[in-house]
Amino acid sequence: MRWLRTRRRVLAPYVLGAAVLLLIPPLLGGIPGVAPGYVLYLVSLALIYAIVAIGLGILIGHTGQISLGHAGFFAIGAYTSALLTLRLGLPFVLALVVAASLSAAIGFLLGLPALRLSGPYLAVATLGFGLAIPQLVVWQGSWTGGSSGLHGLPPASLPLGALTIVFRTDQDYYYLAAAVLILLTIFARNVVTSHTGRAFIAIRDSETAARAMGVDLVRYKTTAFALSALYAGIAGGLYAHVLHGISPEDFTVLLSVDFLTMIVLGGLGSVGGALSGALLLTFLQNALTRLPVVHDFKNLYIVVLGAILILTIAFLPRGLAGVARSVRLRWAARPRDGASRVDQIVELGEGSGV
Amino acid sequence: MGAALLEIKGLTISFGGLVAVDGLDLAVGTGEIVGLIGPNGAGKTTVFNCVSRFYEPDRGTIRFKDRDITGARSHEIIRFGIARTFQNVELCRSMTTLENLLLGQHVVMRGGVIRDGLRLRGAGADEARATTRADEMIELLGLTDHRDRVVSVLPFRLQKLVELGRALVSKPALLLLDEPTAGADHRESQALADLIRRMRDRFDLSVLVVEHDMSFVMGLCDRLYVLNFGRRIAAGTPAQVRSDPVVIQAYLGEPEREVVDA
Repeated sequence: MRWLRTRRRVLAPYVLGAAVLLLIPPLLGGIPGVAPGYVLYLVSLALIYAIVAIGLGILIGHTGQISLGHAGFFAIGAYTSALLTLRLGLPFVLALVVAASLSAAIGFLLGLPALRLSGPYLAVATLGFGLAIPQLVVWQGSWTGGSSGLHGLPPASLPLGALTIVFRTDQDYYYLAAAVLILLTIFARNVVTSHTGRAFIAIRDSETAARAMGVDLVRYKTTAFALSALYAGIAGGLYAHVLHGISPEDFTVLLSVDFLTMIVLGGLGSVGGALSGALLLTFLQNALTRLPVVHDFKNLYIVVLGAILILTIAFLPRGLAGVARSVRLRWAARPRDGASRVDQIVELGEGSGV
Repeated sequence: MGAALLEIKGLTISFGGLVAVDGLDLAVGTGEIVGLIGPNGAGKTTVFNCVSRFYEPDRGTIRFKDRDITGARSHEIIRFGIARTFQNVELCRSMTTLENLLLGQHVVMRGGVIRDGLRLRGAGADEARATTRADEMIELLGLTDHRDRVVSVLPFRLQKLVELGRALVSKPALLLLDEPTAGADHRESQALADLIRRMRDRFDLSVLVVEHDMSFVMGLCDRLYVLNFGRRIAAGTPAQVRSDPVVIQAYLGEPEREVVDA
């Protein structure tokens, strides 16, 4: 029973989140003076970035393996999906599956050096990967569209038996992104709270303990890389279709830093944190680029990004999820029955924060 | 002694010219509690690290259940039935007591990221079974009050106990204990010796224990091996070892009684 109660409390924010996602479009329609299409397009982008952030969170937050190259996986997903639908006329769903699989396979391969490298060395190796992917795209311009990119992608469609849903409006894509995000959030939560997730966290906490308990580092590190690359690949495929086109500039190293900042701001080792960090940062970026005062300072966002990273690490090492958690613990430990607060906080000390 | 469960022959390993373990022969029979003692730096923990495959020996063979495990990989060892603890505790610090004991069952549970992510084919039932087993162990070790606390906030003595539990839930045939009494006073050490004996009887264990505390090993172990500078200088029952002049000179020092009765 105790287990059920704990689970229910943890799941509540997700149920609430899903409800909010469903209600956003009708609510936006009710606000006068707002162009719901554009706002929905922005929210869709935020949801797509959140998918990457959740996958990256499993890798960095839970497994303790750094990656500064996730924009590379995002690009692989986007280009694979775009090329397959545009050039070969493959259905969207099939292209997305291929894009995700290819990204996961390359993630697996990038996980192999992680068996020998750690910390800053792994950061540099993955950074190199992230830098190389857009360059490869430009180099192979004859079929990737080079630096001008790929445009005019066919609308995404989803066959459901006899019926085929075709995604045309911003609202359609919004619901698509929301649905994929919800499914992948549930999947991620299931993984991190399971046998596999425990092996990931064990690797982060102590590789020695993990090995002694029978955790195969080769298998689980490569799994974590492949899984996070799978998330980035799926997100990339969605991104290409929401924008109806892509170019190498969409996938710079800055985007990898964006992803990293999202999960640091949200709180490492927390699926909910990755989600909130992604949403917050995407809106912030958009708000900043539209500030009239600074329109001649296009890179203001980068400065703000750096500041957020530094401030979060210095003052909120457990990110927004850590703040939410301590608020919750304090609330649960509010003085009752004369017992002291501190005792109750200690009493409630929780697990690995997944 | 029964049929040898663990048999180490001619184990030699050196680090940068320094021979840490030199031609060690050692055997642990089924159901035995065997002690490995010796002064600091004698190579005791190095032997453990060779058996659990963290170190690569230069020479020698390690056989377990009549199978050569000298070439096995470190994560396979627990699957063969050898579980260990560490001198300075290697727990997963961010996990609770329960989560550490679930991790201890890693090899007895079935895995798979897709199965876990989609909660397929009884992944939930597996987890529930593992939780039941972990809870039994938690109760057996008297850790019920600390079940859902993060282990990093527990005192060292309790962390050692959690680590013991984590090794036991993997259902090993051989338990390697590296200084189980670290951080415990005399009374706690005696309680721990009782506990280890009870666990041996309950789970049909064999135990190899590295220890400094002489009165602890003398009371607990069926047989002892004494190491000094990586070499085995004596072996036998506690009574034999206690009266061995070589041991007294090399390790126990003089006067003998003070150390033994400490």
